[in-house]
Amino acid sequence: MAGRVDTLSPSRWWLPGTLALTVVAALTVLPLVAMLMAAGELEPARLLGDPWIGRVIRFSLMQATLSTLISLALAIPVALALAHEPRFPGRTALVNLFSLSLVIPTLVAIYGIVAVYGRNGWFNTTLEAIGIEPLALYGLNGILIAHVFFNMPLAARVLLQTLENVPIDEWRLATQLGMTSLSRFRLIEWPNLRAPLTGLAVLIFTLCFTSFAIVMTLGGGPRATTIEVAIYQALRFDFDLPMAVSLALVQLAFCVLLMFVSTLAPEARVHGFNAPGPARRDTGGSANDWRPRFSQSERLTNCLIITLAAAFVLLPLLAMLAASLNGKLMSVLTDPGTLLAIRNTVLAAGIASLLTLALAVGLLLSVRHLRVRRGHDRIGRRLQLAGNVILVLPPVVLGTGLFLLLRPWADVFSLALLLVIVINALMALPFALRIIEAPMMRAARDHDRLLQSLGIQGWNRWRLIDWPLIRRPLGLAVAMAASLSAGDLSAIALFGSERIRTLPLLLYERMGSYRLEEAAVTAGLLLVLCLSLFAILQRLVGGSRA
Amino acid sequence: MLELDNVEVTLGTVHLRFDHELEPASLNVLLGRSGSGKSTLLNLIAGFVQPDHGDIRWAGKSLLPLSADQRPVNSLFQSHNLFAHLTITDNVGLALHPGLRLTRTDKTEVAEALAQVGLAAHGTRRPPELSGGEQQRAALARCLLRRKPILLMDEPFGALDGATRQDMLTLTREVIDRYRPCTLLVTHEPDDGDALGADRLLVEDGRLQSISGAPT
Amino acid sequence: MPVPTLPPSRPRGRAIATTLLAFLLPALAPFDEGIAADRTLTVYTYESFVAEWGPGPIIKEAFEAKCGDCTIDFVALDSSAGILNRVQLEGENTRADVVLGLDTNLMAIAEDSGLLATAEVDTTGLQLPIEWTSEIFVPYDYGYFAFVYDTEALSKPPSSFDALLAAPDDVRIIIQDPRTSTPGLGLLLWIKAVYGDAAADVWARLQPRIVTVTKGWSEAYFSLFLNGEAPMVLSYSTSPGYHMAVDETDRWQAAAFEEGHYLQVEVAAALDSSDELSLAREFLAFLTTPPAQSSIPLGNVMYPVVDLGDDLPEAFGRLIEPASVLQLSPEVVRDNRSDWIDEWLDASTR
Repeated sequence: MAGRVDTLSPSRWWLPGTLALTVVAALTVLPLVAMLMAAGELEPARLLGDPWIGRVIRFSLMQATLSTLISLALAIPVALALAHEPRFPGRTALVNLFSLSLVIPTLVAIYGIVAVYGRNGWFNTTLEAIGIEPLALYGLNGILIAHVFFNMPLAARVLLQTLENVPIDEWRLATQLGMTSLSRFRLIEWPNLRAPLTGLAVLIFTLCFTSFAIVMTLGGGPRATTIEVAIYQALRFDFDLPMAVSLALVQLAFCVLLMFVSTLAPEARVHGFNAPGPARRDTGGSANDWRPRFSQSERLTNCLIITLAAAFVLLPLLAMLAASLNGKLMSVLTDPGTLLAIRNTVLAAGIASLLTLALAVGLLLSVRHLRVRRGHDRIGRRLQLAGNVILVLPPVVLGTGLFLLLRPWADVFSLALLLVIVINALMALPFALRIIEAPMMRAARDHDRLLQSLGIQGWNRWRLIDWPLIRRPLGLAVAMAASLSAGDLSAIALFGSERIRTLPLLLYERMGSYRLEEAAVTAGLLLVLCLSLFAILQRLVGGSRA
Repeated sequence: MLELDNVEVTLGTVHLRFDHELEPASLNVLLGRSGSGKSTLLNLIAGFVQPDHGDIRWAGKSLLPLSADQRPVNSLFQSHNLFAHLTITDNVGLALHPGLRLTRTDKTEVAEALAQVGLAAHGTRRPPELSGGEQQRAALARCLLRRKPILLMDEPFGALDGATRQDMLTLTREVIDRYRPCTLLVTHEPDDGDALGADRLLVEDGRLQSISGAPT
Repeated sequence: MPVPTLPPSRPRGRAIATTLLAFLLPALAPFDEGIAADRTLTVYTYESFVAEWGPGPIIKEAFEAKCGDCTIDFVALDSSAGILNRVQLEGENTRADVVLGLDTNLMAIAEDSGLLATAEVDTTGLQLPIEWTSEIFVPYDYGYFAFVYDTEALSKPPSSFDALLAAPDDVRIIIQDPRTSTPGLGLLLWIKAVYGDAAADVWARLQPRIVTVTKGWSEAYFSLFLNGEAPMVLSYSTSPGYHMAVDETDRWQAAAFEEGHYLQVEVAAALDSSDELSLAREFLAFLTTPPAQSSIPLGNVMYPVVDLGDDLPEAFGRLIEPASVLQLSPEVVRDNRSDWIDEWLDASTR
C-alpha cells in the first residue's frame, strides 16, 4: 500500500548495525580489495589445475569436518553430564574454564598438549608403564586432539546453557510421565540441543579450516597442509601475490558458502544462553520434584564423563603452569620489561574488548529489529554472519591488505597500535556474537509486543529491559574478547614495531632467543593473565549472580 | 465506536477480512478455532500488524498512522505481560512512563492500582515469585493505570485453573465496570462470555460475525 | 535508536570506571616513544634482533653515540622473509633506509628488486669462511646449521647424515618447514648440497625419523624439543654456545656431521631510495666494527664477522667446527628453490 506509514520502527533502528558492519567491512573487505588490485591478474586456471592445491583443499576440508564432528559429538555427552549433575564439586569453576579453552594462546596450548600427549608426555609415559602402545600424536591425531581441546569445551558450555534454559515444566512433565532417560533425551534434551548446533558447527568448522600453527606443528609433516599454510607460503616465501590472493578467495568462498548454507534451515527457537550460574535454583514450590531421577550407574557415568572432560582440558594447562615454575620465575616476574608488557597487554585487550562489545551489540540491535519486528529472519541472520568474516581471512593476508590500503594515506607503523586493537576487536567479534545473540533475541522475542504497546524503546529499552536481561552474557562476551586479545600474537605480528611490547610478543621474543626458561615463565604468566582478565571482566561487567 | 472498515490482511495462506463495528463501552468475547485469526484481529487493532487494505478507526479517526504505543489500546497477552526482572511496582509503573521516571503522584497511583487488584502487599516482589493468577492481576493493574478506551485480551486466563480463572473473570468484570473500555476478549471457553455478560463474536473463514444478539 | 553505552549501574561501578580511565589516560602517552632528532635512520629488521637482550639496543646506543645527532628507528617485522616482503610491497616509497636480517638465501631475490644501493663498505678484512663478493650486502654474522641434541637422551649422536639415516629407530629428529622457516630451508639446501640429485631419496628415507615438521624454530625448540619429544632438533651450531655461556650447562650440544655443515650468513643492505643514504652506509660500515660485533655472539647467538679476540665468549671456543663449509650461491638458490621445495614435498608425502 503506497504511503503506508511504518509505525513499527523506532527512528534510525538501522544505525548501530550499519556502523558496526561498516567497521567490519572496512577492515576485511577493503584490505582484500586492495590485495586484489595489487595482485593484478589472477589466474584461476593455474590454481585449479594444480593437483597439489586440490590435495590441500581436500585435507583442509577433511580435518575441519572431522574436528567439528568430534568436538560436537563429545560436547553433547559432556553437556548432558554437567546438566544432570548440578552439584558436582567445582562445577562452576569447570564451566568457566570451558569458556576459556578457546582463548588460550595457541603456542601455550601446543606446549601443553605436547607435554601431555606427546611421545615423551605424561599420557604415553603412563601407557608405556602399563604396557600399552603409546599414542601417536603427530598426524591427524594431534590435529584432532588440539582442535577438540579448543572447541569442545566452548561447545559443551553453549549446549549446557541451552539445557539449563529448558522450562522447568518440561522436566516436571517428564518426571510425571515416568520417562526413561532415553525418552527424555529423545523428546526433550535432543530437540533443545539441536538448536545451537548449526551455529556452533559453522564457527568450529571455520576455526579449524583456517587453522595454521596447530596443523603445522602437530600435523607431522607437509602431508598435513591447509590452505592457510599455502597462502602463507605463497605470500612470504614465493612473493606470489596472485597465488596468495587466489587461495585466500578459495578459502573465503568455502566458508561463506558454509555460512550461507547454514542460514537456509529455519533457526530453531533457542531458549537462551546466559552466563552461567550454579544450577538453576527453583524459585518456589517444592524443592526437587522436577528433577529427573538417575540410577546409580547413570550418575557414575556422568561423574566419569565430567572428570574425563575436566582432565582433558586441565592437564595441558597444568603442564604449562608446571613448566613455568622454574628457576627464572622470580626474575621474570620482577623484570620491568615483563611488567610493562603486562600493562600494555591489559590496556590493549581491555580497549579491544569494549570495541568488540560495541560492535556486537550495535550489529545485534539492528539485526534483532530486522528479525523480530520486521520478520526478515533470514536476512537478519545473514547480516549477523557478516561478523564472522574475519575468521576466514588469514592474518597474513589481512596484514598485507591493510598495509596496501593505508599506505597512501598514513604511515602504517604509527597507526600500528590502533590497528592492532581494532583487529583484535574484530577477531573476538564472532565469539561475542555467538554469546550475546540468543539472549538478545530472546529478550526481544518474548517481550516485543509488550514493548511496543507500552512504547518502551531506545535508551529506556536498553536501560530497563535489555541491560538487566543480557548483562551476564555481555560480561562473558567482554571477558572472552579481552582474554582472546591478550593471548593473541598474530595481530601484533602484522605490523611490527618495537614500541608496543605485549606479553605474547615478549613470549615470542624470549622463545626465539634461547631464553627457554624465561619463555616458559612468560607463557605461564600469559595463561594466568588470560584467566584473570576473564574472571575480573566477567564479574565487573556481568555483575555478580543475577 | 471501533470501526473495522474492510480490513484485509493475508498471513501466509490465511486471508482475513474484518468488517464490523463495536460500541464504545461494549464487552465482547471473541471465539473461534485455533488459527482462525482471533489473535491477528487483536494484533491489527493494537498495531502489531499492518493491514493490507482497509482502515481501522476509533471515534472517527484512523488508527493506522499510529504506532502501537500511540494507539488508545491496552493489551493483555497470555504470557509475557510482565518483565520478570522488574518488581511488580515497576512493572505497573511502566504504564505511566516508559522509562520509569515517576513523580510522587505517579507512585501513589501505582500503589492504588495494586490495591485495587488485591496486590498491595506484593509490590516489591518479582513476577516469578507470584502465582499465575497474581501475575495477571498485576497486568490488569497496569491496564487500569493506562486507562485506554480499548482493552484487548488474548486468552489471558488460559493457563489458570478453574477457581483462579473464575476469580480473574470476576476481577476483570470489576475493572471493566470501573472504567468502561471497549473490550475484546479472546478465549477458548464459550462460557466466559456468559460469565462476563458479554456479546459473542465468532471468527470463522476469515470473517467476523456476531453469534448472539444482532447480526453483523 | 541511539547507540547504547555501558552504564555503570551503581555508584561502585562508576568509581571503578573512573579509576580505569585515570589509569588509562596517562598510560597511553608512553606508547609513542619516538622523539624527533636531526637525522633518523629507519632500519627494518626482525623481532629477536631488537629484543631488549638482543644486539639491537647495544648497536643503537653505540651508533647514536658515535654519530651524535642521529637516531636509529628499528622497525621489527616478523621474519626475514617478512622484511623482504614489506620492502617489496613498499617499493620506492619505502620508509626504510636499511634492511638488516636477510640471509644468503634471500640475497638474490632481494637484489632483483632493484631497490638496494651499493654499500660502499670494505668487506675484505672480514672473517668469513667464504670469500665475500657482494657489493650490496654487508654480512654481520654467520653460523652453520646443525642438529642440536640432548646429551642426556643421546650419548653418542650420529656423526654424519649417512650415520643418521642408519641410526637406531629411537634417534629421531624435529625439523622445520622450509616453506615457512629459515632453518627449515637451510636443512633443505644442506641436504641438497651434500647429496645433489639423490636428495629426494634421502628425504624419503629420513621420513620415519621425523617426529614432526614445525612452522618455525621456536615451536621446534621450545614446544617440542624442550618437552623431550625427540633427542635431536635442527638448529644452529652456535645454539649450544648460549646454553654453555648463559645457562652454564653442557647438556645440549651440536652434532658434527662429516659431510660438512651448511653456512648461513646474515646480511644488511641500504635502500637506494633512502634520504639518508650516506648515514645508512655509515651504519653498514659500523656493523662490521667491534663495538657492534661484540653484541653478536650472545645477543644473536651467531659468530661475529670480525675477530673479537678475548671478547669472544669462552664457550664459543667449544663449539663444533665444520669439516667443510657448504654453500650454494644465492643465484642458484633463487633459481631452484621452488623446484627443490616441490621435490621435498613430493618425497615427504609419498
